[in-house]
Amino acid sequence: MTKIHVTATVNGDPVEYLADPRESLLDCLRDHLGLTGSKEGCGTGDCGACSVTVDGVLVCACLVLGVEAQGRQIETVEGLSQSDGLHPLQRQFIEHAALQCGFCTPGILVAAKALLDRNPDPTETEIRFWLAGNLCRCTGYDKIIRAVQDAAAEMRGAA
Amino acid sequence: MRYHTPSSFDEAAAIAAQASGKTRFLAGGTDVLVQLRAGMVTPDDLIDVKHIAGVRDITRTADGGWRIGVAVSGAEMGRHAGLCADWPGVVEGMSLVGSTQVQGRATLVGNLCNGSPAADSVPGLVAAGASVTVTGPKGAREVAVEAIPAGPGKTTLAAGEVISALTLPPRGTGGGDAYLRFIPRSEMDIAVVGVAVNLAVAAGRITEARVVLGAVAPTVILVPEAALAIVGTSLDEAALAALAAAATAAARPISDKRGTVAFRKEVVGVLARRAAVIALARATGETK
Repeated sequence: MTKIHVTATVNGDPVEYLADPRESLLDCLRDHLGLTGSKEGCGTGDCGACSVTVDGVLVCACLVLGVEAQGRQIETVEGLSQSDGLHPLQRQFIEHAALQCGFCTPGILVAAKALLDRNPDPTETEIRFWLAGNLCRCTGYDKIIRAVQDAAAEMRGAA
Repeated sequence: MRYHTPSSFDEAAAIAAQASGKTRFLAGGTDVLVQLRAGMVTPDDLIDVKHIAGVRDITRTADGGWRIGVAVSGAEMGRHAGLCADWPGVVEGMSLVGSTQVQGRATLVGNLCNGSPAADSVPGLVAAGASVTVTGPKGAREVAVEAIPAGPGKTTLAAGEVISALTLPPRGTGGGDAYLRFIPRSEMDIAVVGVAVNLAVAAGRITEARVVLGAVAPTVILVPEAALAIVGTSLDEAALAALAAAATAAARPISDKRGTVAFRKEVVGVLARRAAVIALARATGETK
């Protein structure tokens, strides 16, 4: 199998890797780049645990081929926190105990950030519909929604 | 698996025509990658069409219709004000496909070529009178959307043929369309029944209509009898009842875990009525 050389930008850093064309972007992030924050829950685009953005668009990394990332800007959960500490979403998830096992959390954080980048003041309904592709077996979702609402309020106040 | 990135549809079609094994075209990948992952389909040649110029564009045609590139995502359609104003039923059908993440990648033509009788975007396209450009070894031809599905998971496209664009006709004046589906929850499910209605109205009377049913036959079906039930009427109660009866009569569903034959036949009539009312309200400018 011929591997393909891919160059891309991940969380602002230039990266390169050799991808088997059958490998997903998720495989490449985890196995070639060591970025294991994005999780594989289902591998079929149902659970959202592998959510990342590609050129600013929220996608499931399991439904993108690694070779498709050529020249693209990828953002993962590893890029969320800044040098001055955790992202407001991350802090509010801790504050609200919006996670238990934590497996879905990286995907939900990335998805929620994509929403707040687009809409700084979403309604509860908008948050619930936006996150409908992120499954959580532990929390019952309510704490997640509250955490996103409070993070949004905090970020609006900071702006 | 060989991964190809052709720069034209002629080149894409030529790669497919020369391939001896399994071939798949890759646009959004939300079906192809799932099949690849599940081991259902492992293509020998995977042809990524996203490097072809224009595939991400939504453009006005000379006659006032719309041409939608094969890699335009559902999310991009939903953000396009002109397309949403002209064909809200087409856009709302596509917007029901999958999650936010899937909307970032999934395409109209992918939904069409996946061949599901329950594909949410296809009834609206057929109701609108949309067509696709099919590029193959012998050149390009224009085909009505309803001529593409051949049955569950099957299309009428020949080996070496690829859909290179989708065209919506001009909306014209006094037109409106709508798509409704039934699922047992509010989001993220496969249609048990889907109905699209596209109509035009002048002086309070419906002048033309197209009624399309999804998930109640091996393919999406265009039902001229259902359209005839409302053309010439003001969409009064008698017309709505005739529309529902025609839709129910045309449906030939199966019973499965999502619904029984009797349930689907009942619901297809109910949704036809409701979709027609929404389409009329849009046609008269009462709602968007």
